Amino acid sequence: MRHDVVRRWISTIVVWLCGLSVVVALVPLAFILFFVVSQGIQALNWEFFTALPAPVGELGGGFANAIVGTLVLVGIGAAFAVPVGIISGVYIAEFPSTRLATMARFAADTLNGVPSIVVGVFVYGIAVMPFKQFSAMAGGLALGIMMIPIVTRTTEELLKLVPPALREGALALGATRGRATLTVVLPAAAPGIITGVVLALARIAGETAPLLFTAFNNRFLSTDPRQPMASLTVQVYNYAISPYEDWHRQAWAGALVLVALVLFCSLLARFATRRLERLQTGH
Amino acid sequence: MLRRLRGRDLGFKLGTGFFAALLVAIVLGIGFELWRQSMLSIEKFGFGFWVGEIWDPVSGEFGARPFIWGTLYSSVLALVLAAPIALGIAIFLSELCPARLRMPLTFLTELLAAIPSIVYGLWGIFVLVPVVRSFEQSLPASLRALPLFSGPPVGVGMLSAVLILAIMVVPFASSVAREVLKAVPGSQREAAYALGATRWEAIRAALFYARTGIIGSLILGFGRALGETMAVTMVIGNNPQIKASLFAPGYSMAAVLANEFAEAADDLYLSALIEIGLVLFAITLMVNMASRLLIWQMNKPVRAPRAARLPVGAATAGGAA
Repeated sequence: MRHDVVRRWISTIVVWLCGLSVVVALVPLAFILFFVVSQGIQALNWEFFTALPAPVGELGGGFANAIVGTLVLVGIGAAFAVPVGIISGVYIAEFPSTRLATMARFAADTLNGVPSIVVGVFVYGIAVMPFKQFSAMAGGLALGIMMIPIVTRTTEELLKLVPPALREGALALGATRGRATLTVVLPAAAPGIITGVVLALARIAGETAPLLFTAFNNRFLSTDPRQPMASLTVQVYNYAISPYEDWHRQAWAGALVLVALVLFCSLLARFATRRLERLQTGH
Repeated sequence: MLRRLRGRDLGFKLGTGFFAALLVAIVLGIGFELWRQSMLSIEKFGFGFWVGEIWDPVSGEFGARPFIWGTLYSSVLALVLAAPIALGIAIFLSELCPARLRMPLTFLTELLAAIPSIVYGLWGIFVLVPVVRSFEQSLPASLRALPLFSGPPVGVGMLSAVLILAIMVVPFASSVAREVLKAVPGSQREAAYALGATRWEAIRAALFYARTGIIGSLILGFGRALGETMAVTMVIGNNPQIKASLFAPGYSMAAVLANEFAEAADDLYLSALIEIGLVLFAITLMVNMASRLLIWQMNKPVRAPRAARLPVGAATAGGAA
C-alpha cells in the first residue's frame, strides 16, 4: 500500500512539473513582448515611418528606407520562391514514390535546417562576388532560398489533404492528370497554401543574417534592385550595437514593428485555418 | 488521342519535376559553392585550420577551433537546459492539457518560435545581459573560484548566449516532440492504464514507445542552436578564446561570419571565413539527417515483439484501436 501512495505522489508531481515547464517557457515570451511594446512604443511616431535616418550624432530620423527595403526584398524573394515552392510541392505530392520526389523532400528538409547565415555566404559567392556589388537582388535571392522549403512542404501537405474523390471526378470527366491537378485539386487547396505563404513571408521578413552581406545596408531610400538596400532587421541590428541612446530607442521601435508583423500574420493564419476546417467539416 | 493525352501528362511530370530537381540542385549547389570558395584556405591550412587556436586576420593566421568550441559548447549547454522544458511542454500539451487551454497555449509556444532572432538579440543586449551581469556579481566568492564561474562578471558571454539559445530552442523541440507523441497509438496508454498504471506511468509508456522520435526532436533543436546567428552574436561577447567558464566571453562560427564577413578584405581571409561556413553547413547537415532518420524511423509501422503477439483467434477482438 505504501508503494501505491508513493507512485501516486510521483505521478502528481510529474504532472505539475509538466505544467510548470509551460509556464517557464511563457515567462520569457511575456518579458520579450512587454519590453518590445513598452520600449518600442516610445519611439514609434509618424517620423519613424516617413523619415530617413538622421546623420550620425543628430537626434530624430526614421526607418522609411528600411521599411521600403524590407518590402522590396521580401517581394523579390517571394517572386521566385512562391512559384518554385508550389510547383515542386505539386510534384512531390503527385509523384510521391519517385526517386526525385524522395530526394526533393529530403532537400527541402535539409534546406530548412541550413543556418540562414550559411545561405548568406552561398548567395555572396554566386550573386555578390561576380558583380563586386552588394545588391537588393542578392538579398532577395537569399530570402527566397530561405522561403522555398517552407512553401514546398506546405503545398505538399495541403495537396495530400484534398479528398481523392475530387481528383477522381475530374479524371472521370476526361481531364489529364496535369489538368485535374491545376484546375481542381490545386484550387481546392489554395486557401491553405496562401496561409502557408503568408506565414513564410512573415518568417523571411524577420531574417537578418542572410542580408548582412548580400543586400548590405543603405542609409538612403532606394528601390533599385542593383544597389545595396536597407532592411528593418539589419537596421535594427546596426542601431542596437551603436553607442547612441536615440538609435537604441529606434531599434526598439523597429523590433516592435517586426513583432507586430509576425503576430498579425500568425493570427491571420490561425483564423484562416479555423475557417477552413469549419468549411471542410461542415460546421 | 490517348497518345496525345499521355504526352501531355508527361509534360506535366517533366515540368513540375524540373522545379523539384531545382530544389535538390540548390542544396547541392550550396555545398559545392562553399567548398569551391574555401579551396584557398583548405589548401593553405589543411587540417591545421580545425585545430589552430589563433585567429589573426592581420598576420594571415587562421585557426577555427575557438569558433567550433564556442558553437558546440553553447549549443550543448542550451540543449541540456531546453530538453526537459521542451519535453514537459510536449507532454503537457499532448497528454494533460484541458481541451480549452490547448489551442491558446499551443499558439503561444509557437509564437516563441516565430519571433525574429534579431528581436531576441535586442532583448538580450538590453534586458538579459544586465540581469546576467548582476547575477554574476552576486555570486559568492567561493563559487567564483570554480573554473566554471571564473573571470570578470561582464554579463556578455557564454551564459547569456546559452540562456537565449535555450529559450529559442524550446519551441522547436517541443513542437516536433508533440507531433511524435500524438502519433503514439492510444492503445499503448490504454494498455498501461489497464495494468493499473498511474498517469505518469502511462505517459512513460508512451514516451518509451516514442523514444526515437523524441530524441530526433531534441537533435533537431540542437541543429537550430548550432546555426543561430543574430541573438548569439549580440550577447556572446565575440572573443575567440577557449574557456570552460560560463562567464567568459566566447565566439561562435555563425557569429564570426556575421561580424567579419562584410569586412574581409583579402582573398585568404574571405576564404577562411567561407570554410567556417562550410564546416557549419556540414555539421548542421549531419545533425539534421540524424534527426530526420530518427523521426522517420518512429513513423514506420512498428512490429510487435514476438512474445507480445496475440493468438490468431484473439487478433480480431481488439486489434485496430
